[in-house]
Amino acid sequence: MSNEGSAVDVVMKREGWLAQAGNRYAAGIMGLILLGSLWALSIDTRYVYLLVYVWFGMVYGMFLQYGRFCMAAAVRDLFAVGVPRMAVGMMIAVALYSLIAATVTVGGFSTFHSNALGWHIVLGGLIFGFGIVFTGGCASGSLYKAGEGNVGSMLVIVAISFSQAIFVSAGTWFDGLLPSAWIESAAAKDMPAELSVTQGWFDIFTAGYVWDLKGATLAQILGTTNPFVSSYLVNTLLVTLLPTLAILVLLYAVYYKKGYLRRAKISAPALGDHARGMWSMFTSSKNTAIAGIGLGIFAGLQMWVTGALREHYQIYNFGELLSAMGHTDGLSIQETVFDPGYWYITTQEAQWGGWILEKLGVNMTDNIFFGLDNGLPNPLLNAPGFMSIGIILGAAMLALSRREFKWKLPSMETAVFALVGGTLMGLGARIGMGCNIGAFFATVTNGDPSGWVYLFGMTIGGYLGVKAFNMWIERRSSQQDECEL
Amino acid sequence: MAVKFEQTGDGEYKLDVCGYSCPHPQVYTKKALQKMASGDVLTLVFDNPSSGESIIAMCDNEGNDLYERSNDGGMSIWKIRKA
Repeated sequence: MSNEGSAVDVVMKREGWLAQAGNRYAAGIMGLILLGSLWALSIDTRYVYLLVYVWFGMVYGMFLQYGRFCMAAAVRDLFAVGVPRMAVGMMIAVALYSLIAATVTVGGFSTFHSNALGWHIVLGGLIFGFGIVFTGGCASGSLYKAGEGNVGSMLVIVAISFSQAIFVSAGTWFDGLLPSAWIESAAAKDMPAELSVTQGWFDIFTAGYVWDLKGATLAQILGTTNPFVSSYLVNTLLVTLLPTLAILVLLYAVYYKKGYLRRAKISAPALGDHARGMWSMFTSSKNTAIAGIGLGIFAGLQMWVTGALREHYQIYNFGELLSAMGHTDGLSIQETVFDPGYWYITTQEAQWGGWILEKLGVNMTDNIFFGLDNGLPNPLLNAPGFMSIGIILGAAMLALSRREFKWKLPSMETAVFALVGGTLMGLGARIGMGCNIGAFFATVTNGDPSGWVYLFGMTIGGYLGVKAFNMWIERRSSQQDECEL
Repeated sequence: MAVKFEQTGDGEYKLDVCGYSCPHPQVYTKKALQKMASGDVLTLVFDNPSSGESIIAMCDNEGNDLYERSNDGGMSIWKIRKA
Protein backbone atom coordinates (compact mmCIF):
# COMPACT_ATOMS: atom_id res chain seq x y z
CA MET A 1 0.00 0.00 0.00
CA SER A 2 2.74 2.36 0.94
CA ASN A 3 4.31 1.80 -2.47
CA GLU A 4 1.06 2.64 -4.18
CA GLY A 5 0.78 5.71 -2.05
CA SER A 6 4.22 6.94 -3.00
CA ALA A 7 3.57 6.20 -6.69
CA VAL A 8 0.41 8.31 -6.50
CA ASP A 9 2.39 11.02 -4.76
CA VAL A 10 4.94 10.98 -7.55
CA VAL A 11 2.21 11.29 -10.19
CA MET A 12 0.59 14.09 -8.20
CA LYS A 13 3.90 15.83 -7.87
CA ARG A 14 4.57 15.50 -11.57
CA GLU A 15 1.13 16.86 -12.38
CA GLY A 16 1.72 19.57 -9.87
CA TRP A 17 4.99 20.47 -11.53
CA LEU A 18 3.40 20.69 -14.95
CA ALA A 19 0.37 22.50 -13.56
CA GLN A 20 2.47 25.62 -13.32
CA ALA A 21 2.50 27.44 -16.65
CA GLY A 22 6.17 28.43 -16.31
CA ASN A 23 7.20 24.80 -15.97
CA ARG A 24 5.18 23.87 -19.06
CA TYR A 25 6.91 26.58 -21.09
CA ALA A 26 10.31 25.45 -19.73
CA ALA A 27 9.52 21.86 -20.70
CA GLY A 28 8.43 23.12 -24.13
CA ILE A 29 11.75 24.89 -24.69
CA MET A 30 13.64 21.76 -23.61
CA GLY A 31 11.50 19.70 -26.00
CA LEU A 32 12.26 22.07 -28.86
CA ILE A 33 16.02 21.88 -28.17
CA LEU A 34 15.87 18.08 -28.09
CA LEU A 35 13.76 17.88 -31.26
CA GLY A 36 16.01 20.37 -33.03
CA SER A 37 19.07 18.38 -31.98
CA LEU A 38 17.57 15.12 -33.25
CA TRP A 39 16.55 16.77 -36.52
CA ALA A 40 20.09 18.11 -37.07
CA LEU A 41 21.64 14.75 -36.23
CA SER A 42 19.24 12.96 -38.59
CA ILE A 43 20.50 15.17 -41.45
CA ASP A 44 24.17 14.62 -40.61
CA THR A 45 25.67 13.23 -37.41
CA ARG A 46 28.59 15.64 -37.79
CA TYR A 47 26.28 18.41 -36.58
CA VAL A 48 27.04 17.04 -33.13
CA TYR A 49 30.01 19.44 -33.21
CA LEU A 50 27.63 22.39 -33.44
CA LEU A 51 25.16 20.89 -30.97
CA VAL A 52 27.86 20.62 -28.30
CA TYR A 53 27.97 24.43 -28.36
CA VAL A 54 24.16 24.58 -27.94
CA TRP A 55 24.11 22.17 -25.02
CA PHE A 56 26.99 23.77 -23.16
CA GLY A 57 25.42 27.17 -23.79
CA MET A 58 22.18 25.89 -22.26
CA VAL A 59 24.04 24.70 -19.15
CA TYR A 60 25.88 28.03 -18.88
CA GLY A 61 22.55 29.87 -19.19
CA MET A 62 21.05 27.85 -16.33
CA PHE A 63 24.01 28.42 -14.02
CA LEU A 64 24.20 32.11 -14.93
CA GLN A 65 20.51 32.60 -14.14
CA TYR A 66 20.66 30.45 -11.00
CA GLY A 67 23.58 32.40 -9.53
CA ARG A 68 22.68 35.81 -11.01
CA PHE A 69 26.15 35.35 -12.34
CA CYS A 70 26.93 38.56 -14.13
CA MET A 71 30.57 39.51 -14.33
CA ALA A 72 29.62 43.16 -14.82
CA ALA A 73 28.45 43.05 -11.22
CA ALA A 74 31.88 41.76 -10.18
CA VAL A 75 33.47 45.15 -10.67
CA ARG A 76 30.40 47.39 -10.66
CA ASP A 77 28.83 46.29 -7.37
CA LEU A 78 32.16 46.64 -5.59
CA PHE A 79 32.31 50.32 -6.42
CA ALA A 80 28.57 51.06 -6.57
CA VAL A 81 27.31 49.36 -3.39
CA GLY A 82 30.40 47.78 -1.77
CA VAL A 83 29.27 44.20 -2.42
CA PRO A 84 31.98 41.65 -3.30
CA ARG A 85 29.54 38.77 -3.98
CA MET A 86 30.06 38.51 -7.72
CA ALA A 87 33.79 39.22 -7.63
CA VAL A 88 34.11 36.25 -5.26
CA GLY A 89 31.93 34.05 -7.47
CA MET A 90 34.01 34.97 -10.49
CA MET A 91 37.23 34.04 -8.68
CA ILE A 92 35.76 30.67 -7.65
CA ALA A 93 34.91 29.97 -11.30
CA VAL A 94 38.37 31.10 -12.41
CA ALA A 95 40.13 28.79 -9.93
CA LEU A 96 38.07 25.73 -10.88
CA TYR A 97 38.20 26.33 -14.61
CA SER A 98 41.98 26.69 -14.45
CA LEU A 99 42.38 23.31 -12.75
CA ILE A 100 40.21 21.55 -15.32
CA ALA A 101 41.82 23.48 -18.18
CA ALA A 102 45.23 22.25 -16.96
CA THR A 103 43.99 18.66 -17.01
CA VAL A 104 42.52 19.13 -20.49
CA THR A 105 45.82 20.64 -21.68
CA VAL A 106 47.89 17.78 -20.24
CA GLY A 107 45.46 15.39 -21.96
CA GLY A 108 46.23 17.10 -25.28
CA PHE A 109 42.70 18.38 -25.93
CA SER A 110 43.16 22.08 -25.28
CA THR A 111 41.66 24.44 -27.85
CA PHE A 112 43.17 27.55 -26.27
CA HIS A 113 45.06 30.34 -28.12
CA SER A 114 46.87 33.14 -26.27
CA ASN A 115 46.09 36.81 -26.84
CA ALA A 116 48.78 39.26 -27.94
CA LEU A 117 49.78 41.43 -25.00
CA GLY A 118 49.92 45.22 -25.46
CA TRP A 119 48.37 48.52 -24.42
CA HIS A 120 45.27 47.68 -26.43
CA ILE A 121 44.28 45.09 -23.80
CA VAL A 122 44.11 47.75 -21.04
CA LEU A 123 42.30 50.21 -23.29
CA GLY A 124 39.81 47.62 -24.56
CA GLY A 125 39.14 46.43 -21.00
CA LEU A 126 38.64 50.02 -19.85
CA ILE A 127 36.10 50.85 -22.57
CA PHE A 128 34.32 47.54 -22.02
CA GLY A 129 34.28 48.05 -18.22
CA PHE A 130 32.83 51.55 -18.61
CA GLY A 131 30.10 50.27 -20.95
CA ILE A 132 28.91 47.42 -18.72
CA VAL A 133 27.93 49.77 -15.91
CA PHE A 134 25.31 51.33 -18.20
CA THR A 135 23.99 48.19 -19.87
CA GLY A 136 23.31 46.45 -16.57
CA GLY A 137 25.17 43.35 -17.63
CA CYS A 138 28.28 41.97 -19.29
CA ALA A 139 28.06 40.12 -22.59
CA SER A 140 26.99 36.80 -21.10
CA GLY A 141 25.00 38.58 -18.35
CA SER A 142 22.96 40.32 -21.05
CA LEU A 143 22.26 36.94 -22.65
CA TYR A 144 20.89 35.37 -19.47
CA LYS A 145 18.89 38.51 -18.68
CA ALA A 146 17.43 38.37 -22.19
CA GLY A 147 16.35 34.84 -21.22
CA GLU A 148 14.55 36.34 -18.20
CA GLY A 149 12.49 38.45 -20.61
CA ASN A 150 14.49 41.66 -20.30
CA VAL A 151 14.06 43.49 -23.61
CA GLY A 152 16.70 46.08 -22.61
CA SER A 153 19.28 43.28 -22.45
CA MET A 154 18.18 42.16 -25.92
CA LEU A 155 18.95 45.69 -27.13
CA VAL A 156 22.41 45.38 -25.55
CA ILE A 157 23.04 42.24 -27.63
CA VAL A 158 21.89 44.01 -30.79
CA ALA A 159 24.22 46.95 -30.01
CA ILE A 160 27.18 44.63 -29.31
CA SER A 161 26.55 42.75 -32.57
CA PHE A 162 26.29 45.72 -34.89
CA SER A 163 28.88 47.95 -33.23
CA GLN A 164 31.53 45.25 -33.54
CA ALA A 165 30.57 44.41 -37.12
CA ILE A 166 30.76 48.08 -38.09
CA PHE A 167 34.01 48.73 -36.19
CA VAL A 168 35.91 45.84 -37.73
CA SER A 169 34.80 46.60 -41.27
CA ALA A 170 34.67 50.40 -41.07
CA GLY A 171 36.02 52.28 -44.04
CA THR A 172 38.95 54.61 -43.99
CA TRP A 173 37.44 57.32 -41.74
CA PHE A 174 39.98 57.05 -38.93
CA ASP A 175 43.01 55.84 -40.89
CA GLY A 176 44.68 59.25 -40.71
CA LEU A 177 44.75 59.01 -36.91
CA LEU A 178 46.82 55.83 -36.91
CA PRO A 179 50.66 55.78 -36.75
CA SER A 180 52.17 55.48 -40.23
CA ALA A 181 54.45 52.73 -38.85
CA TRP A 182 51.35 50.54 -38.43
CA ILE A 183 50.32 51.10 -42.06
CA GLU A 184 53.85 50.26 -43.25
CA SER A 185 53.96 47.19 -41.05
CA ALA A 186 50.51 46.09 -42.29
CA ALA A 187 51.60 46.59 -45.92
CA ALA A 188 54.69 44.41 -45.29
CA LYS A 189 52.52 41.45 -44.21
CA ASP A 190 51.88 40.34 -47.80
CA MET A 191 48.20 39.64 -47.30
CA PRO A 192 45.77 38.86 -50.13
CA ALA A 193 44.69 42.06 -51.92
CA GLU A 194 40.98 41.43 -51.32
CA LEU A 195 41.49 42.02 -47.57
CA SER A 196 42.86 45.54 -48.20
CA VAL A 197 44.77 45.42 -44.89
CA THR A 198 46.22 48.90 -45.31
CA GLN A 199 42.72 50.38 -45.33
CA GLY A 200 40.32 50.51 -42.42
CA TRP A 201 41.49 51.19 -38.89
CA PHE A 202 40.80 47.75 -37.50
CA ASP A 203 42.74 46.01 -40.27
CA ILE A 204 45.71 48.36 -39.82
CA PHE A 205 45.48 47.94 -36.04
CA THR A 206 45.41 44.13 -36.38
CA ALA A 207 48.03 43.61 -39.10
CA GLY A 208 50.27 46.57 -38.30
CA TYR A 209 50.19 46.42 -34.51
CA VAL A 210 48.65 43.32 -32.89
CA TRP A 211 50.40 40.84 -35.21
CA ASP A 212 53.77 42.36 -34.25
CA LEU A 213 53.13 41.62 -30.58
CA LYS A 214 53.66 38.34 -28.82
CA GLY A 215 51.04 36.33 -27.04
CA ALA A 216 51.98 33.38 -24.91
CA THR A 217 51.21 31.44 -21.79
CA LEU A 218 53.69 31.83 -18.94
CA ALA A 219 54.94 28.28 -19.55
CA GLN A 220 55.71 29.22 -23.16
CA ILE A 221 57.47 32.41 -22.03
CA LEU A 222 59.56 30.47 -19.49
CA GLY A 223 60.13 27.64 -21.95
CA THR A 224 59.08 24.83 -19.61
CA THR A 225 58.61 21.63 -21.58
CA ASN A 226 57.31 19.12 -19.06
CA PRO A 227 53.52 19.19 -19.69
CA PHE A 228 52.67 18.55 -16.04
CA VAL A 229 54.94 21.33 -14.75
CA SER A 230 53.82 23.71 -17.53
CA SER A 231 50.12 23.20 -17.00
CA TYR A 232 49.70 22.71 -13.27
CA LEU A 233 52.62 24.53 -11.67
CA VAL A 234 53.36 27.38 -14.06
CA ASN A 235 50.11 28.15 -15.89
CA THR A 236 47.63 27.20 -13.19
CA LEU A 237 49.41 27.84 -9.90
CA LEU A 238 51.43 30.92 -10.84
CA VAL A 239 49.18 32.58 -13.41
CA THR A 240 45.78 31.69 -12.00
CA LEU A 241 45.63 30.40 -8.45
CA LEU A 242 48.08 32.71 -6.67
CA PRO A 243 46.70 35.95 -8.20
CA THR A 244 43.16 34.64 -7.53
CA LEU A 245 44.01 34.05 -3.88
CA ALA A 246 45.61 37.50 -3.61
CA ILE A 247 42.44 39.09 -5.06
CA LEU A 248 40.22 37.14 -2.66
CA VAL A 249 42.30 38.26 0.33
CA LEU A 250 42.10 41.84 -0.92
CA LEU A 251 38.31 41.59 -1.36
CA TYR A 252 37.97 40.21 2.15
CA ALA A 253 40.18 42.89 3.68
CA VAL A 254 38.52 45.83 1.94
CA TYR A 255 34.88 44.80 1.51
CA TYR A 256 33.99 41.98 3.89
CA LYS A 257 36.18 41.90 7.02
CA LYS A 258 34.60 44.80 8.89
CA GLY A 259 31.02 43.55 8.51
CA TYR A 260 31.99 39.97 9.29
CA LEU A 261 33.86 40.81 12.50
CA ARG A 262 30.94 42.99 13.63
CA ARG A 263 28.40 40.24 12.98
CA ALA A 264 30.57 37.58 14.62
CA LYS A 265 31.24 39.97 17.54
CA ILE A 266 35.01 39.55 17.29
CA SER A 267 37.02 42.52 18.50
CA ALA A 268 40.58 41.10 18.41
CA PRO A 269 40.66 38.77 15.39
CA ALA A 270 43.30 36.05 15.09
CA LEU A 271 44.36 34.40 11.83
CA GLY A 272 41.77 31.65 12.34
CA ASP A 273 39.01 34.25 12.58
CA HIS A 274 40.07 35.71 9.25
CA ALA A 275 40.14 32.24 7.69
CA ARG A 276 36.57 31.69 8.91
CA GLY A 277 35.71 35.15 7.61
CA MET A 278 37.07 34.25 4.16
CA TRP A 279 34.97 31.07 4.20
CA SER A 280 31.92 33.09 5.23
CA MET A 281 32.58 35.38 2.25
CA PHE A 282 32.69 32.38 -0.13
CA THR A 283 29.45 30.94 1.20
CA SER A 284 27.53 34.17 1.86
CA SER A 285 25.80 33.88 -1.50
CA LYS A 286 25.39 30.15 -2.01
CA ASN A 287 23.70 30.53 -5.39
CA THR A 288 26.62 32.57 -6.71
CA ALA A 289 29.18 30.12 -5.32
CA ILE A 290 27.33 27.11 -6.78
CA ALA A 291 27.11 28.85 -10.15
CA GLY A 292 30.84 29.63 -9.98
CA ILE A 293 31.63 25.98 -9.31
CA GLY A 294 29.31 24.74 -12.06
CA LEU A 295 30.50 27.25 -14.65
CA GLY A 296 34.16 26.54 -13.85
CA ILE A 297 33.67 22.81 -14.28
CA PHE A 298 31.53 22.94 -17.42
CA ALA A 299 33.74 25.55 -19.10
CA GLY A 300 36.64 23.13 -18.69
CA LEU A 301 34.56 20.19 -19.91
CA GLN A 302 33.53 22.06 -23.05
CA MET A 303 37.17 22.47 -24.07
CA TRP A 304 37.70 18.77 -23.49
CA VAL A 305 34.61 17.65 -25.46
CA THR A 306 35.33 19.96 -28.41
CA GLY A 307 39.01 18.96 -28.38
CA ALA A 308 38.01 15.28 -28.44
CA LEU A 309 35.57 15.89 -31.32
CA ARG A 310 38.31 17.66 -33.32
CA GLU A 311 40.53 14.65 -32.76
CA HIS A 312 37.71 12.33 -33.81
CA TYR A 313 36.98 14.20 -37.04
CA GLN A 314 40.67 15.00 -37.62
CA ILE A 315 40.02 18.73 -37.95
CA TYR A 316 41.42 21.94 -36.50
CA ASN A 317 38.39 24.09 -37.17
CA PHE A 318 34.64 23.70 -37.73
CA GLY A 319 35.11 25.27 -41.18
CA GLU A 320 36.64 22.01 -42.41
CA LEU A 321 33.58 20.10 -41.23
CA LEU A 322 31.24 22.65 -42.84
CA SER A 323 33.13 22.29 -46.14
CA ALA A 324 32.90 18.51 -45.93
CA MET A 325 29.15 18.81 -45.38
CA GLY A 326 28.85 21.05 -48.44
CA HIS A 327 28.47 24.42 -46.70
CA THR A 328 31.17 26.62 -48.20
CA ASP A 329 29.33 29.94 -47.99
CA GLY A 330 30.54 32.22 -45.22
CA LEU A 331 33.93 30.58 -44.71
CA SER A 332 36.97 32.83 -44.43
CA ILE A 333 39.62 32.74 -47.18
CA GLN A 334 41.47 30.22 -45.01
CA GLU A 335 38.28 28.11 -45.12
CA THR A 336 37.76 28.64 -41.40
CA VAL A 337 35.01 30.01 -39.20
CA PHE A 338 35.10 31.32 -35.65
CA ASP A 339 35.32 28.19 -33.50
CA PRO A 340 37.02 28.81 -30.15
CA GLY A 341 36.03 25.50 -28.59
CA TYR A 342 35.40 27.20 -25.27
CA TRP A 343 33.14 29.76 -23.64
CA TYR A 344 33.20 32.91 -25.76
CA ILE A 345 30.57 35.53 -26.45
CA THR A 346 31.36 38.61 -28.46
CA THR A 347 32.88 37.38 -31.74
CA GLN A 348 29.86 35.27 -32.71
CA GLU A 349 27.62 38.23 -31.96
CA ALA A 350 29.79 40.37 -34.28
CA GLN A 351 29.18 37.70 -36.93
CA TRP A 352 25.39 38.00 -36.51
CA GLY A 353 25.60 41.75 -37.11
CA GLY A 354 28.09 41.28 -39.96
CA TRP A 355 25.94 38.65 -41.67
CA ILE A 356 22.87 40.90 -41.59
CA LEU A 357 24.84 43.90 -42.91
CA GLU A 358 26.23 41.74 -45.72
CA LYS A 359 22.70 40.65 -46.63
CA LEU A 360 21.82 44.35 -46.78
CA GLY A 361 24.48 44.77 -49.44
CA VAL A 362 27.51 45.97 -47.43
CA ASN A 363 30.82 44.29 -48.29
CA MET A 364 31.79 42.74 -44.96
CA THR A 365 34.54 40.34 -46.02
CA ASP A 366 37.23 42.79 -47.21
CA ASN A 367 38.73 42.81 -43.73
CA ILE A 368 40.87 40.60 -41.52
CA PHE A 369 38.28 39.99 -38.82
CA PHE A 370 35.64 38.36 -41.01
CA GLY A 371 37.48 37.78 -44.30
CA LEU A 372 40.64 36.15 -42.95
CA ASP A 373 39.93 34.95 -39.42
CA ASN A 374 36.35 34.31 -38.47
CA GLY A 375 34.25 34.04 -41.62
CA LEU A 376 30.62 35.11 -41.85
CA PRO A 377 28.57 31.93 -41.62
CA ASN A 378 24.82 31.81 -41.88
CA PRO A 379 23.56 32.14 -38.27
CA LEU A 380 21.95 28.70 -38.66
CA LEU A 381 25.45 27.22 -39.11
CA ASN A 382 27.25 29.47 -36.63
CA ALA A 383 28.30 27.02 -33.89
CA PRO A 384 29.43 29.54 -31.22
CA GLY A 385 26.37 31.63 -32.13
CA PHE A 386 24.30 28.69 -30.98
CA MET A 387 26.17 28.76 -27.68
CA SER A 388 24.85 32.31 -27.17
CA ILE A 389 21.34 31.19 -28.13
CA GLY A 390 21.74 28.22 -25.79
CA ILE A 391 22.55 30.62 -22.93
CA ILE A 392 19.34 32.58 -23.59
CA LEU A 393 17.23 29.42 -23.76
CA GLY A 394 18.84 27.80 -20.70
CA ALA A 395 18.29 30.96 -18.66
CA ALA A 396 14.71 31.24 -19.95
CA MET A 397 13.94 27.66 -18.91
CA LEU A 398 15.19 28.18 -15.36
CA ALA A 399 13.62 31.63 -15.02
CA LEU A 400 10.24 30.28 -16.21
CA SER A 401 10.45 27.38 -13.82
CA ARG A 402 11.42 29.64 -10.90
CA ARG A 403 8.57 32.04 -11.78
CA GLU A 404 11.09 34.80 -12.42
CA PHE A 405 10.41 35.25 -16.10
CA LYS A 406 8.82 38.57 -16.93
CA TRP A 407 8.70 40.48 -20.19
CA LYS A 408 10.22 43.78 -19.29
CA LEU A 409 10.19 46.67 -21.74
CA PRO A 410 12.91 49.26 -21.21
CA SER A 411 12.21 52.87 -20.45
CA MET A 412 13.69 55.40 -22.87
CA GLU A 413 16.56 55.93 -20.43
CA THR A 414 17.30 52.19 -20.13
CA ALA A 415 17.07 51.78 -23.92
CA VAL A 416 19.55 54.59 -24.54
CA PHE A 417 21.87 53.20 -21.87
CA ALA A 418 21.60 49.75 -23.48
CA LEU A 419 22.44 51.00 -26.95
CA VAL A 420 25.26 53.37 -25.94
CA GLY A 421 26.71 50.98 -23.35
CA GLY A 422 26.40 48.03 -25.74
CA THR A 423 28.21 50.01 -28.45
CA LEU A 424 31.04 50.78 -26.00
CA MET A 425 31.17 47.10 -25.04
CA GLY A 426 31.46 46.14 -28.70
CA LEU A 427 34.25 48.63 -29.31
CA GLY A 428 36.09 47.60 -26.13
CA ALA A 429 35.74 43.91 -26.94
CA ARG A 430 37.30 44.32 -30.35
CA ILE A 431 40.17 46.53 -29.18
CA GLY A 432 40.84 44.30 -26.16
CA MET A 433 40.42 41.02 -28.10
CA GLY A 434 37.27 39.87 -26.35
CA CYS A 435 34.89 40.46 -23.48
CA ASN A 436 35.27 39.53 -19.83
CA ILE A 437 34.89 35.89 -20.91
CA GLY A 438 37.12 35.64 -23.98
CA ALA A 439 39.75 38.19 -22.96
CA PHE A 440 39.76 37.55 -19.21
CA PHE A 441 38.07 34.37 -17.98
CA ALA A 442 39.27 32.03 -20.73
CA THR A 443 42.78 33.50 -20.84
CA VAL A 444 43.94 33.69 -17.20
CA THR A 445 42.61 30.19 -16.64
CA ASN A 446 44.82 28.85 -19.42
CA GLY A 447 48.02 30.47 -18.21
CA ASP A 448 47.88 33.61 -20.37
CA PRO A 449 48.64 36.61 -18.09
CA SER A 450 47.10 39.08 -20.58
CA GLY A 451 43.71 38.32 -18.98
CA TRP A 452 44.77 40.01 -15.74
CA VAL A 453 45.78 43.08 -17.74
CA TYR A 454 42.30 43.06 -19.28
CA LEU A 455 40.72 42.77 -15.80
CA PHE A 456 42.86 45.68 -14.61
CA GLY A 457 41.55 47.83 -17.49
CA MET A 458 37.99 46.60 -16.91
CA THR A 459 38.21 47.48 -13.20
CA ILE A 460 39.34 51.03 -13.95
CA GLY A 461 36.60 51.31 -16.57
CA GLY A 462 34.06 49.98 -14.05
CA TYR A 463 35.19 52.51 -11.44
CA LEU A 464 34.89 55.41 -13.89
CA GLY A 465 31.56 54.03 -15.12
CA VAL A 466 30.14 53.98 -11.57
CA LYS A 467 31.33 57.58 -11.03
CA ALA A 468 29.61 58.66 -14.24
CA PHE A 469 26.49 56.64 -13.39
CA ASN A 470 26.24 58.24 -9.93
CA MET A 471 26.61 61.69 -11.47
CA TRP A 472 23.78 60.83 -13.84
CA ILE A 473 21.36 59.70 -11.14
CA GLU A 474 22.22 62.68 -8.92
CA ARG A 475 21.38 64.96 -11.81
CA ARG A 476 18.23 63.03 -12.58
CA SER A 477 17.08 62.98 -8.94
CA SER A 478 17.42 66.74 -8.68
CA GLN A 479 15.17 67.14 -11.71
CA GLN A 480 12.37 64.90 -10.46
CA ASP A 481 9.95 65.91 -7.75
CA GLU A 482 8.65 62.45 -6.92
CA CYS A 483 12.10 61.09 -6.27
CA GLU A 484 13.86 62.68 -3.37
CA LEU A 485 16.85 60.43 -3.37
CA MET B 1 8.08 55.00 -15.23
CA ALA B 2 10.12 56.63 -12.58
CA VAL B 3 11.77 55.74 -9.32
CA LYS B 4 9.39 56.46 -6.43
CA PHE B 5 10.63 57.00 -2.88
CA GLU B 6 8.04 58.10 -0.36
CA GLN B 7 7.34 58.11 3.36
CA THR B 8 4.26 55.96 3.98
CA GLY B 9 4.00 56.32 7.75
CA ASP B 10 5.94 56.94 10.92
CA GLY B 11 9.38 55.42 10.28
CA GLU B 12 8.05 53.67 7.18
CA TYR B 13 9.23 54.27 3.64
CA LYS B 14 8.56 52.78 0.25
CA LEU B 15 10.90 52.57 -2.73
CA ASP B 16 9.54 51.44 -6.10
CA VAL B 17 12.18 50.74 -8.74
CA CYS B 18 10.09 48.56 -11.04
CA GLY B 19 11.16 48.66 -14.65
CA TYR B 20 14.80 49.23 -13.81
CA SER B 21 17.62 46.75 -14.20
CA CYS B 22 21.12 46.60 -12.70
CA PRO B 23 22.56 48.57 -11.13
CA HIS B 24 19.63 50.95 -10.52
CA PRO B 25 17.70 48.94 -7.89
CA GLN B 26 20.70 48.26 -5.64
CA VAL B 27 22.08 51.80 -6.00
CA TYR B 28 18.70 53.39 -5.21
CA THR B 29 18.19 51.01 -2.27
CA LYS B 30 21.54 52.05 -0.84
CA LYS B 31 20.64 55.72 -1.27
CA ALA B 32 17.19 55.23 0.29
CA LEU B 33 18.65 53.49 3.33
CA GLN B 34 21.14 56.33 3.75
CA LYS B 35 18.21 58.76 4.00
CA MET B 36 16.47 56.74 6.71
CA ALA B 37 17.08 56.57 10.46
CA SER B 38 18.03 53.50 12.46
CA GLY B 39 14.97 51.26 13.06
CA ASP B 40 13.03 52.65 10.07
CA VAL B 41 11.48 50.16 7.69
CA LEU B 42 11.83 50.24 3.90
CA THR B 43 9.38 48.44 1.64
CA LEU B 44 11.26 47.78 -1.56
CA VAL B 45 9.43 46.92 -4.79
CA PHE B 46 11.53 45.79 -7.78
CA ASP B 47 11.34 43.45 -10.75
CA ASN B 48 14.97 42.76 -11.60
CA PRO B 49 15.84 39.43 -9.94
CA SER B 50 19.59 39.95 -10.40
CA SER B 51 19.57 43.00 -8.15
CA GLY B 52 18.07 40.92 -5.34
CA GLU B 53 21.22 38.91 -4.80
CA SER B 54 23.29 42.09 -4.43
CA ILE B 55 20.71 43.66 -2.10
CA ILE B 56 20.84 40.58 0.18
CA ALA B 57 24.65 40.86 0.33
CA MET B 58 24.46 44.60 0.93
CA CYS B 59 22.04 44.20 3.87
CA ASP B 60 24.17 41.40 5.27
CA ASN B 61 27.29 43.51 5.05
CA GLU B 62 25.79 46.59 6.66
CA GLY B 63 23.79 44.72 9.29
CA ASN B 64 20.36 45.79 7.97
CA ASP B 65 17.59 43.27 8.65
CA LEU B 66 15.96 41.93 5.49
CA TYR B 67 13.07 40.30 7.30
CA GLU B 68 10.45 39.71 4.65
CA ARG B 69 10.80 38.61 1.05
CA SER B 70 7.98 37.85 -1.36
CA ASN B 71 8.75 37.04 -4.97
CA ASP B 72 6.19 36.16 -7.57
CA GLY B 73 6.02 36.34 -11.34
CA GLY B 74 9.25 38.31 -11.51
CA MET B 75 7.99 40.96 -9.04
CA SER B 76 9.60 41.25 -5.60
CA ILE B 77 8.37 43.05 -2.48
CA TRP B 78 10.96 43.06 0.29
CA LYS B 79 11.04 44.68 3.72
CA ILE B 80 14.26 45.94 5.26
CA ARG B 81 14.73 47.35 8.78
CA LYS B 82 17.69 49.67 8.96
CA ALA B 83 20.24 48.79 11.64
